[in-house]
Amino acid sequence: MDFLSPEGLRLDGRRALELRQLQAEVGVVEKADGSATFEMGNTKVIAVVYGPREVQNRNQQQHDQALVRCEYSMASFSTGDRRRRGKGDRRATELSLVIRQTMEAAILTNLLPRSQIDIFVQVLQADGGTRACCINAATLALADAGIPMRDIIVSCAAGYLNSTPILDLNYLEDSGGGPDLTVALFPKLNKVSLLQMDSKIPIDVFEKVMSLASEGARTVAQFIKETLMENTTQLALAKGPPKF
Amino acid sequence: MKRTHFRLSPSQKQRLSQAQERCRAAAGGFQASAFVNVGDTIPVDYDNGFLRGHGTQLVEGQLLATVCGVVERVNKLISVRPLRARYNPETGDVVVGRITEVAPKRWKVDVNSRQDAQLLLSAVNLPGGIQRRRTATDELNMRDLFTENDVISAEVQTLHQDGSLHLHTRSLKYGKLENGQLVKVSPYLIKRLKQHFHQLKQYGVQLILGCNGYVWISAIPPSSSEIVAIQPATNQRAAESESRETGAGTPEAQNVEITRDLRERICRIANAVRVLGACGFMIHPDSIVDTYEASLTSGIEPKQMISGEFHVRTVEREADQRSKKGSFKGSARHLYKAVAARGDDQHHQVYVQVSISRSGSTRELCINGPVTSSSADRHSAGGWPHPT
Repeated sequence: MDFLSPEGLRLDGRRALELRQLQAEVGVVEKADGSATFEMGNTKVIAVVYGPREVQNRNQQQHDQALVRCEYSMASFSTGDRRRRGKGDRRATELSLVIRQTMEAAILTNLLPRSQIDIFVQVLQADGGTRACCINAATLALADAGIPMRDIIVSCAAGYLNSTPILDLNYLEDSGGGPDLTVALFPKLNKVSLLQMDSKIPIDVFEKVMSLASEGARTVAQFIKETLMENTTQLALAKGPPKF
Repeated sequence: MKRTHFRLSPSQKQRLSQAQERCRAAAGGFQASAFVNVGDTIPVDYDNGFLRGHGTQLVEGQLLATVCGVVERVNKLISVRPLRARYNPETGDVVVGRITEVAPKRWKVDVNSRQDAQLLLSAVNLPGGIQRRRTATDELNMRDLFTENDVISAEVQTLHQDGSLHLHTRSLKYGKLENGQLVKVSPYLIKRLKQHFHQLKQYGVQLILGCNGYVWISAIPPSSSEIVAIQPATNQRAAESESRETGAGTPEAQNVEITRDLRERICRIANAVRVLGACGFMIHPDSIVDTYEASLTSGIEPKQMISGEFHVRTVEREADQRSKKGSFKGSARHLYKAVAARGDDQHHQVYVQVSISRSGSTRELCINGPVTSSSADRHSAGGWPHPT
């Protein structure tokens, strides 16, 4: 199948190195400590953070750092075919673990001993790149909850189709059978926290795809920073200046 | 940006965004550089040195923010205060909390902090004001004092290194709270003040603004109407000993009849707090009374206060008040310019007395130029420096 037209346009009209449209909203759940939705094109994810709060299961309590938990789920209406996903979904378990480990690396857990942070991530619309979208939404929610982090963590996916590196795959491209690489990184610290790919590709191609995904993540970081800054400014200005 | 959880019509949305814009414009006072994101570099004076405060980290000699919020500089200490975060306790804070667990010799209390607070049996007053050692019998009867899900008011006694905190209720004003409503707001909206117990006498409503963002609204307890008259400490102590038998939390307090009228007023106050919390405005008695009165003048039911329309009106009212206050500031700036123009290239520190109508308090506004007149001069000149 041709994923790139002779003019260099993809199935959804983007060029190979283009991201989908990004949209984000912070503070969507009133009762949560932090919450956000993040959209990359037609992929939409909601993330909700509770905590840091008292540990629910006493024997999981760690006296020197916070316990981070993550639950990933897909809404039954999120994909083309409607189906109910049970608890034993292996993909969901794997993704929960990936998101938990990524966020745990970002959170300064040693500042919040004996407490627990719960991150709930749900995919509302799935159109490829849910892994990256989940991580971006979780970052926004954590920042909204005022949880101290090393740096924001941002993520983006890239693939390699028709011998071209392609940024931010959608569902059709994702099911095209080519490699799908997800990278999550700290933009300021310039460190990679997550790198996932399930297929074999030559090392020179890998480097190209990897640098493209990192470039995409940095663009996402810029967008996330703007969103957070707008949120902070609005909250602070509503409250009014600290001193007269 | 989404913070309002009401369904708004397009015209309401437009009004809301206009009012928010006016609020922003009037708020002023902030420099754009005062806000930072997670991972942003905080500009510091490396030559003079600095102290790393909360919400910051040092990475390769650079000071980075670890939370989103406002940079605060106190001398050399640089910290970042997050806005929407859990309650950050300080010793002496008045808090409202809910008992989550009765443990050996202690209660666990949810105070919206990073961990549940601990209230030791030895840190409560036994009924009747008896001072004695806590015995095994007292320990067995702990549920007579507070059981799970009881709401209490208390004070933060100590903070520990690991983030845990101890409370105490060793005063008659603290203890079990009954016959009222608990409203939860973000803790950053409640400022630490001298007084957190407020009696809105005109409505017969008592208000406890917990520093942790939990607000308790109830009828004025009958026994305390004469004690907590917020008057000198000596009087209070005398009154306390009188009313020892009928403090809050004793069985008598449970059987108070609350009229329908009073219940409605409590609901109205509670909804005023909810609306202010949703708008992200500071919560203090004046703003609550303001919102309450506004709901009365617009003649709406208490339940209608939790609606898009009232929300929009609250933001608009705040914008009006702020722009009024802003004009005060504007006039002060004008005055400074006039003073500066008269003194030939000599600038003075100008003190302007500005009274803020809403809080009724008078504060000093200081506009800085290079200072030539000392504060002693200012006092000798009857509080006003004269330009040369």
